Amino acid sequence: MRAGLSAGEPRRIAILLAALLAALLAAPWVVNDYLLTVLILILYFAYTGQAWNVMMGFAGQLSLGHAIYVGLAGYVAAMLFTRLGVGPWLGLLAAIPIAAACGAIIGFLAFRFGVAGVYFAILTIAFAEFARIGFDNWGFVNASSGLFLSVKQYGHNDLWQLRGDPTMFYYVILAASALLFALCHLLMRSRVGYFWLAIREDEEAARAVGIDTFRYKMYAVMVSAAVTSFAGVFYAFFYNNLFPEQVFSISRSIEIILGPIIGGVGTLFGPILGAFVLTGLAEALSSSMSAFGLELPGATQVFYGVCLLFVVVALPDGVWPPLARRLGVTKRQR
Amino acid sequence: MPFDVYLNVAIGGVLTGLVYGLMALGLSVIFGVVRVVNFAHGELMTIAMFIAVVSFSCFHLDPLVMLVPIAAVLFAFGYALQAALINRFITRPEYSQFLLLVALGIIVANSLLIIFGPDARAVQTAYAFDSFAVGPLIVDAAKLYAGAAAILFTVALFAFFRFTRLGTAIRACADNYTGALVVGLDVKRLYALTFGLGAACVGAAGAMLVLLIDATPMLGPSYTLLAFVIVITGGLGSMPGALVGGLLIGVTEAIAGLLFTPSVKSMFAFAILVLVLLFRPQGILGRRPA
Repeated sequence: MRAGLSAGEPRRIAILLAALLAALLAAPWVVNDYLLTVLILILYFAYTGQAWNVMMGFAGQLSLGHAIYVGLAGYVAAMLFTRLGVGPWLGLLAAIPIAAACGAIIGFLAFRFGVAGVYFAILTIAFAEFARIGFDNWGFVNASSGLFLSVKQYGHNDLWQLRGDPTMFYYVILAASALLFALCHLLMRSRVGYFWLAIREDEEAARAVGIDTFRYKMYAVMVSAAVTSFAGVFYAFFYNNLFPEQVFSISRSIEIILGPIIGGVGTLFGPILGAFVLTGLAEALSSSMSAFGLELPGATQVFYGVCLLFVVVALPDGVWPPLARRLGVTKRQR
Repeated sequence: MPFDVYLNVAIGGVLTGLVYGLMALGLSVIFGVVRVVNFAHGELMTIAMFIAVVSFSCFHLDPLVMLVPIAAVLFAFGYALQAALINRFITRPEYSQFLLLVALGIIVANSLLIIFGPDARAVQTAYAFDSFAVGPLIVDAAKLYAGAAAILFTVALFAFFRFTRLGTAIRACADNYTGALVVGLDVKRLYALTFGLGAACVGAAGAMLVLLIDATPMLGPSYTLLAFVIVITGGLGSMPGALVGGLLIGVTEAIAGLLFTPSVKSMFAFAILVLVLLFRPQGILGRRPA
């Protein structure tokens, strides 16, 4: 299960990583505008998938309401920007503790009272739905009519205010994804990471050897929520609009988890690979359908569903672990 | 507001709650026996709702007439699903089962979207606007029929589990999986049967629900969630608990819809869920785990 960076062959992994990073850095000079937008979407899902993976893949806590952290952070940053003129990076500083606190509340309610497994997942959905309906009826944040960021014509890219062309957004999300990858790599090999692993594999046993499981599960939720909040700020400033029905909806939460599951839960490359496979295929599908003049609103989602079904039935560990063995970047599984 | 307004709304809530209870009962039965959380529960209900809508608009068949046929179709669908797919997953980790059902749910909901489009579809029965006056109380005819049908269906299900050999066998599987295997029960077939029964419950509930709300392809997730809230509130694995939870949530939603705007009513269901998890995690009628 724990394939990826954790096991052997570091040189091949370094080469693979360097090649991937170089390709991604060079991409804006090669691809057209449409493909650049697709790449932004892929990196966005790689980022959110990686963030979700901290909770599920590392610590074994299934969250199905990650849209709540994206939405909360997006709303905090967008409100600060539109009402007070506070820039997105300062907004992010405000969004991180709010998202982490929200994660802490959900975690506390669940872990304190022994709500685990699938019931924990249901609780996370319930909170996301609670937020969706709450924001949909909250006049202060424009309720269901949504929040808009002013779109002006930019003469230059303003990185501090996150106003600019897609290329700038591309490098921002690429940098964020790379940073999160590094952070997850460190976390995985840290003391906390090994405690999480122990909890994921057998919580009773982890408690028996003296791990404060409550505390470390709380850390997992809060770290995951905190890093997810950047995705919310990015979303708000990239799309320039926020609707509760969209940002908090269950399907957003499911989109977040599809990438890492298809790629491989608990691996570092899984979320990235999954985002490329899933978003790439979905975009290919929708563009080839529109080439034939077909407009089917649910088709992409059916495609997602079939992909998910295929992976859970045929590749329960995801695409990355078998691929990693093929590439020789992991020790042979015992 | 005068008191009888509240009473009227509460009675409407009770009747809706009976239908919710039947829907949640399906989830509870499946979980209690197969130990798989049916995350496509709401989507199964939308299938039933669209069958009811189509049979009404094409053949003028009343949803209450279609109740048993729809339940039978959903039974077959559930049976096939368990036999072909879910039985292979019973030994897999929880999240894996759960993702299987999420995938099925996504496929069902969006296939319905492709076939029927995003518009809401209503069933206009002859009695849609009828009501009965009992003293100061006015009871919606459609809600009354739906509630009565839900009671009948629930009683039949309880009787099945209590008094038939098959029902007893299924309860045996739920109580002791290994024991059931040892005495020679065909557990996989009984699981398929149970999933079919659960699907039949939610199918019947769906047929009744088209009398109360419009059918749209995307109703699934929120009703799956509602069924969960009800089952957890009532007590996991407790069949009467699902009914009590359904009534509680039905009345709460109705009163909340009256006091605030109807769109916030499901927030109160979630608030109840959180309260139950805080103060009585085993649910109202659930047993404390040993």
